[in-house]
Amino acid sequence: MTEITSLSLFELIKNIKEKKISSNEAAKSFVDRSEKSKKLNAYVTENFENCLQLSKEFDNKPNFDLKLPGIPIAVKDLFCTNEVRTTAGSNILNNFVPSYESTVTQNIWNEGGILLGKLNCDEFAMGSSNETSFFGNVQNPIAKDLVPGGSSGGSSSALAANLTPVTIGTDTGGSIRQPASFTGTVGLKPTYGSCSRYGIVAFASSLDQAGPMSKDVKDCSILLEVISSFDKKDSTSIDFKRNNYSSELTRNIKGIKIGIPKEYRVDGMPDEIENLWKKGIEYAKDCGAEIIDISLPHTSYALPTYYIVAPAEASSNLARYDGVKYGLRSSGETLIDMYEKTRSDGFGEEVKRRIMIGTYVLSSGYYDAYYLKAQKVRQLIKQDFDQAYNKVDAILTPSTPSSAFKIGEKSNDPVSMYLNDIFTVPVNLAGLPGISIPAGTDKNNYPLGLQIIGKPFDEQTVLNIAYSMEEKINYKNNIIDWWME
Amino acid sequence: MTIDLKTVKHISKLARISLEEKKAEKLADDMNSIFEFIEKLNELKTENIEPLTSIAETTLRFREDKITSDNIREKILKNSPEKNDDFFVVPKVVE
Repeated sequence: MTEITSLSLFELIKNIKEKKISSNEAAKSFVDRSEKSKKLNAYVTENFENCLQLSKEFDNKPNFDLKLPGIPIAVKDLFCTNEVRTTAGSNILNNFVPSYESTVTQNIWNEGGILLGKLNCDEFAMGSSNETSFFGNVQNPIAKDLVPGGSSGGSSSALAANLTPVTIGTDTGGSIRQPASFTGTVGLKPTYGSCSRYGIVAFASSLDQAGPMSKDVKDCSILLEVISSFDKKDSTSIDFKRNNYSSELTRNIKGIKIGIPKEYRVDGMPDEIENLWKKGIEYAKDCGAEIIDISLPHTSYALPTYYIVAPAEASSNLARYDGVKYGLRSSGETLIDMYEKTRSDGFGEEVKRRIMIGTYVLSSGYYDAYYLKAQKVRQLIKQDFDQAYNKVDAILTPSTPSSAFKIGEKSNDPVSMYLNDIFTVPVNLAGLPGISIPAGTDKNNYPLGLQIIGKPFDEQTVLNIAYSMEEKINYKNNIIDWWME
Repeated sequence: MTIDLKTVKHISKLARISLEEKKAEKLADDMNSIFEFIEKLNELKTENIEPLTSIAETTLRFREDKITSDNIREKILKNSPEKNDDFFVVPKVVE
């Protein structure tokens, strides 16, 4: 029989329901593999003992009606977990133990999921390579010294290495889809307002969304169904009728109209990405979709807009870290002195950079020129999508402009790092659902992803297109366990 | 437009982050390259465009003003760097 850790979530649930595998056996397998995979540095906080204990309790009183019956799951360390340390990858929250649970993780536990541990991420989710984490780089299981993407880099690494059957990340500008693309896994950013932001360490509140990461599209639909919910505790949570994403999943997408935006053909895009996209278009046609050329004219303004809006919101959200009620405190003579030293010691370089940009664009005399301007351009970007969706049901693009790069390769040049998110950022600005699925490899055999963008609240169509293309693409990660001890 | 060292220091005061001289210089360079990239937005005329402030087209909901959490004072205080009985302690602010 296949190893427990390499089963898909769907298969694992089936085996547990059929009593072929116990929750405790599953927990033991993932804990054991995680213990032997320390070189990946995917975990910030392990919850292994608790997980084993809770899995035994599940087996003693099993409930097979739950959607995740006794399934061990590791989550990004941006989700607050009651009584379990939550760091957001930052020194300033190094010792923070929440007294509450995020809604998204609570939804997972309510359906029988068991916390395996907290996964590494870029500090406050600000980064595209997991290199800004206070807890160090994460290795991509695809190859040594390769970044796993970011900011959900611990999540993508743990998932691709089979340390967890599925995981959740957060996506503010691409932080689920880009790491999924870099590790040959599936990652979905839902429509803004689908998954509650309550209890997620805030980065840029008008852009942040939690979402599922998985080994295949079916698993993605199962986890989305669990985590997507209306929540009164999040003022921007939206009360709409959610589909039963997994049972409504179908490969019948005949006649669905898929748009190909010409503006995503950016200068200097490597041939392999261009070719992957062309192949993707052929796969979509094979699945019965109709391909339509569209235009999203303001695409090239998305990144500059994002790098005003996100830092501005971040500078405001991160003002709460002052060394008074929780987190790190450095000593200072006066209160102001204490604030300044605490924040200087507690935040890393990238976080400081973004707070500074955000503070600047919101400062007196610059607000109209930057923040207001960016909000207006954001409107134009959203209108581009609105107009495109008069003609098409979904949009197909590459997920990233390149495959995973080496650790250290881009860490000294912020702008070149930001360019990683060129295809994912517009989706956050417009609040749309988007998925990345593995679609091929580059010359080094590193995975490359394709992105499917949907209409607001139409996750089902996005998943269905991904599900049918996945079958045609038939991508298999070829991972040798080079890091195992 | 360029952001000089003086501006960087002023912004760091506003952001309550103390900066060493060398780091301030590096930050000025980084910020200038990022703003050079951001300046692209000036190509667009946006006089008559409504700013998009929230993607969720809903009005904020009201809720009853009542306490929903249990008594979590101990748990909250447990995270404080310095406390005295039920109070958070900060450096002296009144002479």
